[in-house]
Amino acid sequence: MSERRRNLYLRVGLAITGVITLLAVLGCFWTPYDPSAMNSAEMYASPSLRHLFGTDNFGRDVFSRVMKGVSTTYLISLATVALGAAVGVVVGALTGYFGGVIDDILMRVNDAVTAFPSILLALVFISLLGFGKYNVILALGVAFIPSYARVVRSEFARHREMNYVKSAHLMGATHRRIMFVHILPNTRAVILPTLVIGFNNAVLAEASMSYLGIGVRSPDVSLGYMLSESQSYMSSAPWYVLCTGMTIVLLILGFSLVGEGLQQEGR
Amino acid sequence: MKHAAKKLGLMLLTMLIVSFLAFLAFQIIPGDPTNTLLGSEATPERVAALRAELGLDRPFFVRYFDWITDFVQGDFGKSYSYSMPVADMLSGKLAVTLLLAAISFLLTVIVSIPLGILSADCGGWFDRIVTVLGQVTMAVPPFFIGILLTYLFGITLHWFTPGEFVSPGVDFWASAGYLVFPAAAIALPRIAMTVKMLRSGIMGELNKDYVRTSHSRGNTRRATLYRHVLRNAVVPTVAFLAMTIADIVAGSVVVEQVFAIPGLGRLLLSSISNRDYPVVQAIIVMMAFWVVLVNFVADLINQRLDPRLRLQ
Repeated sequence: MSERRRNLYLRVGLAITGVITLLAVLGCFWTPYDPSAMNSAEMYASPSLRHLFGTDNFGRDVFSRVMKGVSTTYLISLATVALGAAVGVVVGALTGYFGGVIDDILMRVNDAVTAFPSILLALVFISLLGFGKYNVILALGVAFIPSYARVVRSEFARHREMNYVKSAHLMGATHRRIMFVHILPNTRAVILPTLVIGFNNAVLAEASMSYLGIGVRSPDVSLGYMLSESQSYMSSAPWYVLCTGMTIVLLILGFSLVGEGLQQEGR
Repeated sequence: MKHAAKKLGLMLLTMLIVSFLAFLAFQIIPGDPTNTLLGSEATPERVAALRAELGLDRPFFVRYFDWITDFVQGDFGKSYSYSMPVADMLSGKLAVTLLLAAISFLLTVIVSIPLGILSADCGGWFDRIVTVLGQVTMAVPPFFIGILLTYLFGITLHWFTPGEFVSPGVDFWASAGYLVFPAAAIALPRIAMTVKMLRSGIMGELNKDYVRTSHSRGNTRRATLYRHVLRNAVVPTVAFLAMTIADIVAGSVVVEQVFAIPGLGRLLLSSISNRDYPVVQAIIVMMAFWVVLVNFVADLINQRLDPRLRLQ
């Protein structure tokens, strides 16, 4: 693949991600209309300059709702990745670096946990913890720990044998210093794309769960929840479904292109 | 053979751990089920009687052992909300979900393997279009594809009526015809991923020395591709397709909801809402066993395809 094509992935990805991120950040503080203000005079209005994405069955401005929804979905996914990656990196680093019996046991458990598709695992946690925004973060974060741990572990197991690690050891560096100051930065080419893919999986999982009505619930707005709402009005307000769905697609597409670009940069 | 036996042992061990983790989670976290069943104003005598009836007064490991032996024999316990055996609730729905998964998997294989090979073989604009379309398709959540399909084929074109599902026991073909749409919704992103995987696998193999040797001996590019390259490139794809089976089952949980299909997924969701833990537990463990089993079979197939793996 040529240099130009390579950068194209990253560039297009960053452009899409930039726009969506802008919407999400803006959506935290300001939206053109109040996302939950109903207006009986403007029900089912099709997209126009007044309402970029039209209005829904209650006359609420879809664009404002999408902005709010993106920021909720975005924040939940970021928190999920942060939680999953923080624990996953530590577990993976420890098991990969030290190896031994603990490593064997943890990897067996890891195998068992990955046998549950992550959305199912999240469903289990939700069914045990209850619904709501914070439980979704907790459930998804925990559900994604094994996927990070596995990647980090194999990287650490590989680097452990390398000469620079041995030299650092001879120079008297502590295990902790070797793990987090020497090895960790060297694994970024593998870990960064994993984080990006993890973010996408989190977006997808959050959207699915909210769509199913077991994730984010009203008055919080998230993209998945909006999709389930809009599905009933598909024939009278198709723009509601389309705009919401396309926003999810763009969010995921942007990040997957960035991930793709990063992976190819790393090679 | 020795290798297969070892893998079989590992699979059984993983299943044991899976079931143990699930049992542990559902025993510890929800608290005392007698609270849910009897409410907070139950007399201690009734609570004790119910605990004895549910077997909660016995030690943890005994309960796990009893549960798993019953589970293997097809006795999944009794539902809290409907007080009927979980096995009876599952029987009809399992068939629906399996049919959905089978159609979806079939679609994935039929479409993705020729497309991946063609894409690598033809190159040029065809390859580029497939790559770009694939990249976009991968980003579309299955349930959104489902919504779009109901809108396009259900509401606009009237090819099927959303919500009017016929059980496969009543009319198998009508049922399968309805399931094609949700199956496509689940399959589309997976197809895109499989094509990408297979294509990059073939491209990677084409750069190897044996391909050049084969060319220099007078074989055409196409003959080399189909006779030598494909055999090597398909190995990681088989493993990936096995994971696809697992993902299809998980994806069906969501997509069943979009198309109002009374399968395992819908039962799982309603049981989660009702806090009907025996049902949730049975479905989750069943799905996990399914995934472990599929991975085991994929391992075996891979060893058939790639003898080098047998040595490890």
